[in-house]
Amino acid sequence: MNASYTNLSNLDLALILVNGALSVTLGLRLGRRLLIAAVRTVVQLLLVGQVLAWVFRSRHWYVALAMMTLMTVIAGLAASRRGERAYRGMRADGMASIWISSWLVTAFGLFVIIRIRPWYEPQYAIPILGMVLGNTLTGVSLGLERITEELTAHRAQVDLLLALGASRWEAARRPAVQAVRAGMIPTLNAMSIVGVVSLPGMMTGQVLAGQSPVEAVRYQIVVMFLIAAASALGTTLAVLATYRRLFSAEHRFRAERLVARTTRGASD
Amino acid sequence: MSSITTDPPHPSQQRGRVVIEATHLRRTAPGLPSQVLLHDASIALCAGDRLAVVGPSGAGKSVLLRLLASLDAPSSGSLTWQGQAVTRRNILAYRRAIAYVAQRPAMFDGSVEDNLRIPYTLAIYRDSRYDRAAVETLLKAAGRDAHFLDKSADQLSGGEAQITALIRVLQLRPAVLLLDEPTAALDPDSAATVEAMVDSWFRASPAAALAWISHNPSQAQRIGNRTLHMEAGRVQELGQERVQERGYERGYQRGYEDKHE
Repeated sequence: MNASYTNLSNLDLALILVNGALSVTLGLRLGRRLLIAAVRTVVQLLLVGQVLAWVFRSRHWYVALAMMTLMTVIAGLAASRRGERAYRGMRADGMASIWISSWLVTAFGLFVIIRIRPWYEPQYAIPILGMVLGNTLTGVSLGLERITEELTAHRAQVDLLLALGASRWEAARRPAVQAVRAGMIPTLNAMSIVGVVSLPGMMTGQVLAGQSPVEAVRYQIVVMFLIAAASALGTTLAVLATYRRLFSAEHRFRAERLVARTTRGASD
Repeated sequence: MSSITTDPPHPSQQRGRVVIEATHLRRTAPGLPSQVLLHDASIALCAGDRLAVVGPSGAGKSVLLRLLASLDAPSSGSLTWQGQAVTRRNILAYRRAIAYVAQRPAMFDGSVEDNLRIPYTLAIYRDSRYDRAAVETLLKAAGRDAHFLDKSADQLSGGEAQITALIRVLQLRPAVLLLDEPTAALDPDSAATVEAMVDSWFRASPAAALAWISHNPSQAQRIGNRTLHMEAGRVQELGQERVQERGYERGYQRGYEDKHE
């Protein structure tokens, strides 16, 4: 185990050196950033490995729960960072959409499909939540970006529909549908090429760790469906939350709530 | 000076009953309660009224019209339709009864006819149907034939798009038209067509009323039988005789100066 680990590290080093050499020869001026990124990757993953090892050993429900909460909060905060326009409450909407959808779907997967006992068995709960969170985050942030973008670009059409007598949902439906689609597309793409073009990380890991590919595939199918469900639910929740913030009960489009991000917010 | 509900009717004019009544409408800039866009405006629009809204740029004319169209929420004040308060329960029916035309017409992808059919996709119009014959009559009045319906909406000139937008609302037979500088960006021919279309709609609808924002003094005279002058968010109604004497021309000049800045 130790020997192979060292071998792996040496290989990694060689790969980074390839990148470094390319950067120098092509004049990309990425050498410094490459070095920092490589160090960060190594340090972050080693730390996470230590933390996870500790969480897995501790066998207390509250440790697993704290870890899962932390993961969710980090994903939730990242959800509303995309896009040029934002509204007050967008961060809360992104957080709530991710939290509700990923925890509901992960709970369903753990209790109903995989049926692990106890429920907080960290070896299952944390990786599955992690995979669900990663994909829900993509869906939610794309959905939020798209709905704010569509409503900004098509403000005149939305106002026209409202002026004609459209309900707020009739006026917002096209942008909302576009946004949910945009959020779902990465997951749908991943589902249609899975196994053929890409081997998902979890499956790869299981196979490398010596598990039979057939067994690994069974877990992977479950995980893919959990990911798809959470992503769809999270994206839809986020788009509906945005809709409720930007359209009043009097069927008015409150376009003034959509404001351009300050430079600080955009660079965040 | 800021709120004038009634004015002496013009001798030649017979005013019908009040259709839209705005009472103490006020709107501040979103998020900036100290910046008042419209001060305490009270206006009664009656059947038979052709209200020309004039004044320099930034005077709050569009703010007022969007409030009358119920597209924006007033910070305070109220709006009634035929004596009934406009609330969330009847706001869609109110917007169906009135028609709001923006300076820049909003078009959807597709042909002109696709755009004319858009209202009928909405629940509020489920009791009525697209009537191609009625549309062709309107087209004829605009000097266009049925081939115009097959044109792609993204290839229309500004004038053609505004004519399309006007047919889109006129086919619905609104009781009130609210027009926000519909001809400001148009060539003279298209502008004349739009004016003629509005005029024939008005003549054909006995209980109709309209409010028209205009930057063009001669247009405001042609279309209006009442004139509402706006400046710095305040409304002031002028009788026709007083219009030329004061305020009015000066207001326009100031408006043009604003535009050139």
